[in-house]
Amino acid sequence: MLKEYDVIVVGAGHAGCEAAVAAANLGSSVLLITSNMQTIAQMSCNPAMGGIAKGQIVREIDALGGYSGIVTDKTMIQFRMLNRSKGPAMWSPRAQCDRLRFAEEWRLMLEQTPNVDFWQDTVSSLILEGNRLAGVNTVMGIKIMGKAVVLTNGTFLNGLIHIGEKQFGGGRTGEKAVHGITEQLISLGFESGRMKTGTPPRVDGRSLDFNKMEEQFGDENPTKFSYTDTPKLMKQKSCFITHTNQKVHDTLKTGFDKSPMFNGRIQGVGPRYCPSIEDKINRFADKDRHQIFVEPEGWNTVEIYVNGFSTSLPEEVQLKALKEIKGFENVKMFRPGYAIEYDYFPPIQLDLSLETKLIENLFLAGQINGTTGYEEAAGQGIIAGINAHLKINEKPSFILGRSESYIGVLIDDLVTNGTDEPYRMFTSRAEYRILLRQDNADIRLTPRSFEIGLATKESMEKVNKKIKNVEELIKFFKGHTVNPSDSNGLLSSLNTDEIIQKTKLFNLLSRPQISFSDLSNTFSELQTFLENIDSDNLEEVIEQAEILMKYEGYIKKEKDMVDKAVRLENIVLHEDFNYLQLKSLSTEARQKLSSTKPQTLAQAARISGVTPSDISVLMIYLGR
Amino acid sequence: MSNSLYNYDDTIVALATPAGIGAIAVIRLSGADSFVILNKIFYSKQGNAIDITSKKANTIHFGVIKDKDIILDEVLISIFVAPHSYTGENTVEISCHGSIFIQQQILNLLVSNGARLANPGEFTLRAFLNNKLDLSQAEAVADLIASGSFAAHNIAIKQLKGGFSFEIKDLRDKLMGFAALIELELDFSEEDVEFANRTDLKDLVNEIINKATRLIKSFEAGNVIKNGIPVAIIGKPNAGKSTLLNVLLNEEKAIVSDIAGTTRDVIEDVINIHGISFRFIDTAGIREAKDKIEAIGIERTHQKISEAAILFYIFDANEMEEKELAGIINELQNKTISGQQKLILIGNKIDANNVVKDKFHNIPIIYISAKEKNNIEALTNALTDYINSKNIDLNTTIITNARHAEALHNTVMVLKKVLAGLDSNISGELVASDIRDALYFLGLISGEVTTNDLLQTIFSRFCIGK
Repeated sequence: MLKEYDVIVVGAGHAGCEAAVAAANLGSSVLLITSNMQTIAQMSCNPAMGGIAKGQIVREIDALGGYSGIVTDKTMIQFRMLNRSKGPAMWSPRAQCDRLRFAEEWRLMLEQTPNVDFWQDTVSSLILEGNRLAGVNTVMGIKIMGKAVVLTNGTFLNGLIHIGEKQFGGGRTGEKAVHGITEQLISLGFESGRMKTGTPPRVDGRSLDFNKMEEQFGDENPTKFSYTDTPKLMKQKSCFITHTNQKVHDTLKTGFDKSPMFNGRIQGVGPRYCPSIEDKINRFADKDRHQIFVEPEGWNTVEIYVNGFSTSLPEEVQLKALKEIKGFENVKMFRPGYAIEYDYFPPIQLDLSLETKLIENLFLAGQINGTTGYEEAAGQGIIAGINAHLKINEKPSFILGRSESYIGVLIDDLVTNGTDEPYRMFTSRAEYRILLRQDNADIRLTPRSFEIGLATKESMEKVNKKIKNVEELIKFFKGHTVNPSDSNGLLSSLNTDEIIQKTKLFNLLSRPQISFSDLSNTFSELQTFLENIDSDNLEEVIEQAEILMKYEGYIKKEKDMVDKAVRLENIVLHEDFNYLQLKSLSTEARQKLSSTKPQTLAQAARISGVTPSDISVLMIYLGR
Repeated sequence: MSNSLYNYDDTIVALATPAGIGAIAVIRLSGADSFVILNKIFYSKQGNAIDITSKKANTIHFGVIKDKDIILDEVLISIFVAPHSYTGENTVEISCHGSIFIQQQILNLLVSNGARLANPGEFTLRAFLNNKLDLSQAEAVADLIASGSFAAHNIAIKQLKGGFSFEIKDLRDKLMGFAALIELELDFSEEDVEFANRTDLKDLVNEIINKATRLIKSFEAGNVIKNGIPVAIIGKPNAGKSTLLNVLLNEEKAIVSDIAGTTRDVIEDVINIHGISFRFIDTAGIREAKDKIEAIGIERTHQKISEAAILFYIFDANEMEEKELAGIINELQNKTISGQQKLILIGNKIDANNVVKDKFHNIPIIYISAKEKNNIEALTNALTDYINSKNIDLNTTIITNARHAEALHNTVMVLKKVLAGLDSNISGELVASDIRDALYFLGLISGEVTTNDLLQTIFSRFCIGK
């Protein structure tokens, strides 16, 4: 009934949407299949994008040509740059979004993408030709042929929702679970596992007393996610902070005997960093209160997201406990929190391109790979979409390194060592954290994306111009000297040593006490130089140049580390390499290498249990 | 955290000859900076600097190795210029005197001047990577690396089990706790947890630095050799342990009496036998303790046994029966001894002519009379024979210790940077960058610390998550 597509994307969440637009914008004909076209790009949990390490991922997606950053910019109701008090590598953008507008905006952008078609249906199985993917079958009984398939099933595969002692099948509250795909993949030789996640109750904002809570404002000068010309945020909505108390805890405890978390009904592994409120009370019994973020779900809706109160206790216990929270005395609940268990496929079954090792042209992205978070899902989605397109066009896959992106760290971690709890990104997971900043995602990634034809010529020119401007400015700082008489007033006012001879501007800027604006306000020749720079965004150029100069030592140190590691990254290991025959390898290394099948020597070195001497042995067998 | 792993650009150093009491030892230095490093420590006998780079390839030079103003040894150095050397790199071979102490001093000096201790098989690996060996030799090289690292690892583990495991583990835990505190404020700054203040953090780093510095001293140059190879003397109460120790030491060290349990504590001393230092450890007898003080003594005995390289089991040959002795040997081999230790059985309280020996049939026993100082030489010969047969082990012990000291030195060096960073109030991720280096260096002896370990520490200590 339907034509043959180049790429079929199954699921239209954050991973699926990014996969669809990436493949389509590269030129593939794409079919996006979702069980419900009203819930495209749903924010099933928190109505927010970004956060520490996650905000960097959204910036990276944007730099690659994905849409998550644009959609966020267009629909956010509050913006904060987290970690402002720390160094620039830690700055992390985070936005509160209008949930309804977010989903609508994504759908509109998909509709405006010429190569994307839609089909509302549920995929029940894959069609194979030998080892290669050929299409999908749906529950409506339709056969759709496609050269490659990206599975982004999220929490839908055999999803099971728990609220107190009740449990029922479902992929999200009010939506049906999906059966058949897990079973088929297992029969094809895949391994699957079970994970768990949870979400808090949603309540009626009209029933809350915000005067009793602490108001949390957005940034005074909000910036944004996208490097493109998205609108600047002009007005913002506040969030509010309140706390649980002993009474809340006592009330919650009355439901513990009915908690699926504690009575063993939930078998899936949940994330440690996103515990339910009952888990927090249980594990940190000495803490007499926990923070609750009261987050509006949009500009106009009264719906409120009770962040910090994720729970799967019986709904009546949830409501009773909520009423004990300051400001929640008269709370009306829209829907209770719940826990959900779902199938995932341990990601060591994937290549770094996110293609499965067992079935050719089958790609997996998002929670199906054991991750959590919209940003992590979207980051995988864009890579899976790109690689599905490249694969069917017989082009080499697009793999981002650990030293060039958080997305690279994410995928490498997953594919190399797997994960046994829902994987969330942290900045500490990146060994080159100082290089992977939110301010330079465009410089890091747009050229890579442009090379394969995804990033536009326009955005590439923009980046080139920025790089050129930054270089000019740094050159000026390194070449221009200032006199003690012009400088010492400023220096002493900033409590830093005065200079006794002519000194380069660069040397002044490298002092921790002195900022770029201190210098540009003092030295008119710098002012003049800035005025003469032909730049589209002088603020960004100054920010970039300041960071590069101020942190030059640490940036250089990490770049040196990258250079050393590159040698191993360039040594390719073939998939059919027989590790079991290499008796010189340790037993653990032999087993781990055989099951993981790393793609490069560097990846092999990162597998836990593979030692430096194992790597030396491998180098020898590879013939140096 | 992979700073110098798989780095084949740096200059490595190791003993090329087995350590021991031979006349000459050869230390090999290989890598691009070999000549530069040697220039810093090699002088003419008159004390003038010698520029090695100006010398011809394949020549030998006489001179001295100096650590600042102190002359360590007179040496001959052979110069090989890349690619015409075993490894294919610039190589220097230093022929020095055979004393283990001198070898250790020179090794340490080279390391502090920029060389790195070679990994097992690394010279050969470099030779292979530089096309100096053909592929048919590959498997042998691979086996060498695998077995070398296995042996080194075993020794390291054994050594850690004995003396320093507790301290190293404590150090690692403290450093990890510190790293977790820094990471906490970076990744979880939005969480409702209390962050450590800068003063507390500085105190913590200082504590770690002090601890590591104390540890370095115990690993430092020649210490092990000076400390001697540990020999534990064990046996039932009143079997003659303290008497034997006194005979070996020629002095009244242990309190000797006929009352069982007199030796309440562990008594140690070092004696040089045929050029090798042994550290003899007298122990309280192993038996059920009757009082608290004795119980402590017995606990220490067990600890000392696990640290020893050689065990003397001494018994009263007149009272011991074959069946009982076989049982004791079995028990020692099963429980107390790790299998790596040498067990020497000593039948005490026997006259040279006594016929009582026959009752033990084939069990190898050295018969002595500690009180009469009879046949003590057979015992000392057995010791040196054993050590000479174990040359390689002794070698590895030196290397292992140098390695521990090197790792700890680097850890302290980086931690001082961390301290300076905290002092000038730089941002956490920059501090963290240095801490990662410290964790890497300490990880070389204590096992790698991964991001997951850090996150685990954070999640177990702080209530994280909205």
